[in-house]
Amino acid sequence: MPLRSFFGGVHPIYNKELASGAAVEEMPLPKRLVVHFTQNLGAPPEPLVKKGDAVKKGQVIAEARGFVSVPVHAPTSGMVKSVDVFPHPVGTDLPAAVIEPDGSDEWAAECNVERDSTGLDGEAIKQIVFEAGLVGMGGAAFPTHVKLSPPENKPIDLLIINGAECEPYLTADHRLMLERPAGIMEGAMLFARVLNVSETIVAIEKNKPESIEAMRAAAAEREGVRVEALDVVYPQGAEKQLIFTLTRRRVPAGGLPMDVGVLVQNVGTAYAAYEAVRFSRPLIERIVTVTGSGIKQPANLLTRIGTTFQDLITQCGGLVNDTGKVISGGPMMGVAQYSLDASVTKGTSGIVLLRRAEIPQFVSDACIRCGRCVRVCPMTLNPSALSIFIERMDFDQAAEYNANDCIECGCCAYVCPSRRPMVHHFRRAKAELRKAARKAG
Amino acid sequence: MLTAILSLAALALLASFGLAIAARVFAVHVDPKVEEIEEALPGANCGACGLPGCSELAKRIAEGKAEIDACPVGGESVARAIASIMDLSYAGTGGRSVALVMCGGNDQVAAKRFYYNGIYDCTSAALLFGGDKACSYGCLGLRTCAGVCPFGAIDMLPSGLALVNPDVCTGCTKCVSACPKGIIKMVPADRLVHILCSSHDKGGKVRKTCKVGCIGCQRCVKEAPEGAISMDENLAVIDYRLEIPPDVAESCPMNTIVVQGGDVGETVTKVAAGGEE
Repeated sequence: MPLRSFFGGVHPIYNKELASGAAVEEMPLPKRLVVHFTQNLGAPPEPLVKKGDAVKKGQVIAEARGFVSVPVHAPTSGMVKSVDVFPHPVGTDLPAAVIEPDGSDEWAAECNVERDSTGLDGEAIKQIVFEAGLVGMGGAAFPTHVKLSPPENKPIDLLIINGAECEPYLTADHRLMLERPAGIMEGAMLFARVLNVSETIVAIEKNKPESIEAMRAAAAEREGVRVEALDVVYPQGAEKQLIFTLTRRRVPAGGLPMDVGVLVQNVGTAYAAYEAVRFSRPLIERIVTVTGSGIKQPANLLTRIGTTFQDLITQCGGLVNDTGKVISGGPMMGVAQYSLDASVTKGTSGIVLLRRAEIPQFVSDACIRCGRCVRVCPMTLNPSALSIFIERMDFDQAAEYNANDCIECGCCAYVCPSRRPMVHHFRRAKAELRKAARKAG
Repeated sequence: MLTAILSLAALALLASFGLAIAARVFAVHVDPKVEEIEEALPGANCGACGLPGCSELAKRIAEGKAEIDACPVGGESVARAIASIMDLSYAGTGGRSVALVMCGGNDQVAAKRFYYNGIYDCTSAALLFGGDKACSYGCLGLRTCAGVCPFGAIDMLPSGLALVNPDVCTGCTKCVSACPKGIIKMVPADRLVHILCSSHDKGGKVRKTCKVGCIGCQRCVKEAPEGAISMDENLAVIDYRLEIPPDVAESCPMNTIVVQGGDVGETVTKVAAGGEE
């Protein structure tokens, strides 16, 4: 029986066929890697390397600062050429280490060693996951070990492995599920062991039947694991919406999935956990989808963290003549980039390149109160009213209308006939509210 | 007829007694000073003092809970007026301060990194890579400061910069906290020589991004009286306690230092021309 989905949502054109058929290829080692020190939500890690340092593959180049923080590792062996400020795909300029590979790709000691995971207890797995620098690879980059450490009064009874990949264009998770289902499953079981949960659901949207089949086959001999096929509606893969679809549980406003006893992890994160625990490989590479009509050969590339967008584009045959926009992430939630010096981080699931004709420039108008955004908002907020409050700079009122619960999925902006930059408004309100909170102490 | 008149008169008498008693029992004592102080305050209810409005500040001053010069907008003259109401002496602070946008990088002289087509507001624009200006310390020119100014003292120049009119500015500092780049500073109103740059980038980078940015050459530091201009991470900063002769501006190879004439329009032309003679 198909599961009834959450309230709202939209049906954008998915355009996944551009890259969904392309098997994962390994991206050759580029001549230069720009590795950002800040690759997780929470506290930025403390850089450990400086210009002129030699690094080995897997060596820690920035150590975690505080609990909500993870270390960053060198993606290959080579020399740190400089430490400078570079564009970070999330939309800021941040310090990064420029590493020039020496070509030998030599692992640091204690990395890339096979390990028998059967005897490991939860704490040990959590420690490995932390040391490997794992973050949520669906895009938000929240440190995985923090998610794996719920407080004692919030027991987890369900693990959801998120393979919904509802964002248009992107196919990285799809290819991973198709090509490495066993690894994902093993990683999922490691998470289940840490949390001591008996029920695991792998959630995949119905538009990926091959992935569903592959994951079902991998889950067949495991107990307590099932694969659910979900309706295709954006944002099905958003944590709170996914939980509602699968369990009917509602994460309270301002709450976390652990408040309703659920943990959600992306398939990529599960696979990275498998690599980290079984083979002592820190998170230094990921699958990145390079797609869109603006690129000659769309592809799914197994890419080192720190590979610049320029190198990815060159690998995919270059840009077509009238490419007008480069987006890190998908078109719904991604961030437009101004420089191809931006580089792949742990949360970069893809880059989408669009032609000029596909990116209409428009002037936004006043809200006409048609209410379409209210009908599609999966968080059941009132985007129309919120955007008007924010235009008036009435941020307290916006907070009262739960501006902070916005997940920035972009459904409201997608349907707005006045072409209002809704998400931009909400991000501004959140920034202002953060500023006010800081001021108040 | 008579009964009606008499009974109404009796009722009226009764009610007036009631009112007279209520007026005594429930009397609210208002310090006459509060009203006088409120009269003396500018009455803009701008909130610059940190209180909900002028009447609240007047109350606090009368109670002795706030300083007599707590109104930044009123400045010295209001403080003096309040001092005489409160029978206190007021020494004065030595002049008022006005806001100044510490950036001269208008659209003609400062490079942009990308085309921004978003909300017309600096805070929103700054969310995306810190804004479209190649210089991360530059004025974004999307009128956030002008929008919060309760006195209409900030003009947006067609060249893409915000300009504070020092004659209208009351020094309420609202724009200082609204600017996402933090490049609006309070300066003494009577000073005419300013370094219009906030960039802490190194000289080479500044040259690439802006034609009127401070490159940290330190020529002005040597030219100015001892200690009047000092370096703060590649940026020359004026110590406004000391007077700086206007000819120091000529030592600046980037035309970052401007001399404000008595006429605001003159400064505008100089800034708009990008310092190119």
